[in-house]
Amino acid sequence: MTGFINKKMKDIIDNYAADFTELQSIRKNDWFSKHRKSAFNFFKESGFPNTKNEDWKYTDTKPITKNVFSNISNTNIVARDNEVNEIIFKDLECINLVFINGAYSEEYSDIKNISDKVIIKNMANALVNDENLLKEHLTQHIDQDSSSFTALNTAFIQDGIYINIPKDIDIERPININYISMDGSNAFATHPRNLILMGENSNATIIENYVGNGDSNYFTNSVTETFLSQGAMLKHYKIQQESFNAFHIGSLNTSLSKDSRFESHSVSIGGALVRNNINANLNGEGAEIIMNGLYMTDNAQHVDNHTHVNHLKPHTHSHQNYRGVLNGKSRGVFNGKVVVHPKAQKIEAYQNNANLLLSDDSEIDTKPELEIYADDVKCTHGATVGQLDDDMLFYLRSRAVDEQTARSLLTYAFADEVLNEINFKEIKNKLEQLVISRLPDSSLIREYV
Amino acid sequence: MLNIKDLYTAVENKKILEGLNLSVNAGEVHAIMGPNGSGKSTLANILAGKDGYQVTQGSVTYEDKNLLELSPEERARKGVFLAFQYPVEIPGVNNIYLLKAALNAIRKHKSEPELDAMEFMSLVKEKMKLVQMNEDLLTRSVNEGFSGGEKKRNEVFQMAILEPKLAILDETDSGLDIDALKIVAEGVNSLRNKERAFILVTHYQRLLNYIKPDYVHVLSKGKIIKSGGPELAIELEEKGYDWIH
Repeated sequence: MTGFINKKMKDIIDNYAADFTELQSIRKNDWFSKHRKSAFNFFKESGFPNTKNEDWKYTDTKPITKNVFSNISNTNIVARDNEVNEIIFKDLECINLVFINGAYSEEYSDIKNISDKVIIKNMANALVNDENLLKEHLTQHIDQDSSSFTALNTAFIQDGIYINIPKDIDIERPININYISMDGSNAFATHPRNLILMGENSNATIIENYVGNGDSNYFTNSVTETFLSQGAMLKHYKIQQESFNAFHIGSLNTSLSKDSRFESHSVSIGGALVRNNINANLNGEGAEIIMNGLYMTDNAQHVDNHTHVNHLKPHTHSHQNYRGVLNGKSRGVFNGKVVVHPKAQKIEAYQNNANLLLSDDSEIDTKPELEIYADDVKCTHGATVGQLDDDMLFYLRSRAVDEQTARSLLTYAFADEVLNEINFKEIKNKLEQLVISRLPDSSLIREYV
Repeated sequence: MLNIKDLYTAVENKKILEGLNLSVNAGEVHAIMGPNGSGKSTLANILAGKDGYQVTQGSVTYEDKNLLELSPEERARKGVFLAFQYPVEIPGVNNIYLLKAALNAIRKHKSEPELDAMEFMSLVKEKMKLVQMNEDLLTRSVNEGFSGGEKKRNEVFQMAILEPKLAILDETDSGLDIDALKIVAEGVNSLRNKERAFILVTHYQRLLNYIKPDYVHVLSKGKIIKSGGPELAIELEEKGYDWIH
């Protein structure tokens, strides 16, 4: 952490403190108050990270701290039907959950026809009614010292999703959580908090979709905690398409028990300043995590992907494949950390990060980090940075494809490799359309894909 | 159709072609033979429009237009086709979509109506037989995971679909076993007609046993040093390239 709080940082923190005091007075003294307080104290002491912090070396949070955000959700935002309907996967049969500017929208959410053993409800509701289960898990699957952003989230939790899938239950329909940010009268921050508990041998697909319209200015600071019991399988999709003036810090924290499997697919295309964290603890033998990621940036966007995997038990596997397409003056960061703890023998960890720079002014900082304290392990990592391949370009052009189209097509093909890992056809198609829409000259390639 | 006059080219200031002359008429098949490093592939690449070559002197006209001014895609649309020596693998770009778009771009250029999916697929089925292409390869990414022989067959298959006016085959015989070579040669032969010209770039005479050229040219040190009929190829096979010097 920063070690000291200077005067300027104190002013920034005071803004958050005022909102915090207000929120506490609304909440009165519920069971979670002490967690809020200790989290806020942690945030107060550490402040926002600066670039002297190794974990934030390439991502300067100043643009976020310069803004004054309102941290109390305005529950009176009136959403526009057509906008909301466009955002949620209309053509995919999902359990849809919708939040507008941080507040749960019963109107647009649809939790019908699910097994009565399964719990899916909004966090505000769960904090009041599911105290016992939440006590056991909420804040338990994050590293308490990990980040002041996570602490800030804990201090300001107002809503989010609580999902509890009991033993042996297989939910076939994806659970599609949409965090929609609409133009507000003033700049606002939301702190969505999701808790996903997967029982033994349960199976689910969950989508977290962060969307903002136009160029609205706001800050999303989300935290998701997941806990997978023995043999559970969770497929998790995160789609980050915030507005181009938005800030997005999102942390996905997961604890994996024996023989459980977590599959993460992350597509990050929006936002002005974005940080996606994945923290995984492989706590049981045979646990496996797959992390696929795609980031596409243009103009002055900054997108940082940080992964941190702890191999705590033998025979655990992690597999990471991240790809970036950078254009304009944008900047990308990939930092993949794998820690193999003592006694975690016979583990396999694979990591790859490939980047395509489409412009002279775009930049990528890619950093694999391996810390290995066991001696019988298989770890590989690689990183590449390059431009479009001249031989491929020439081949396409020699087949009558004009240069612009050829470039766009090859860029798409590069990005699509990440999406090809997705088995869920409808989700894959949707994401492919999203990726195509963000390509330079995307209209040119429709007949090729 | 094609006129190359006194062509000099260089790559990064290294001279490659040094005064090459060649004239190709519609309906003719020309074989360009020569040892490694003589400039054969350079010639093929320059005709197709690959970047990185400086033309320091001379001219290339195609159908009375300056070919060197055209982009590779314009050349393709006007009927120039290069079958690559090493067809590149392009993961993520679908073989058949590419071919359909290529054909329609060429048809559009000729003011012919574009083919719809049904018409296109029946054309594909017909032409696939020609080179005995495995149907699986159609829906794969361009050349990805194809064997050497499959890549070459795919080139000839593309040529059959696109029906170029001037087809340049760069070492299409290299890396083929005798059965594959026969299939590829039959594919080429079936495409021979009065309007279409071929330039076969090859190191060995072997291909010419199956595709009979009208003319054989020997390229050495960047220019054509000897021209003749098919018998020249046989002579080269027997005596090697050294006897010409």
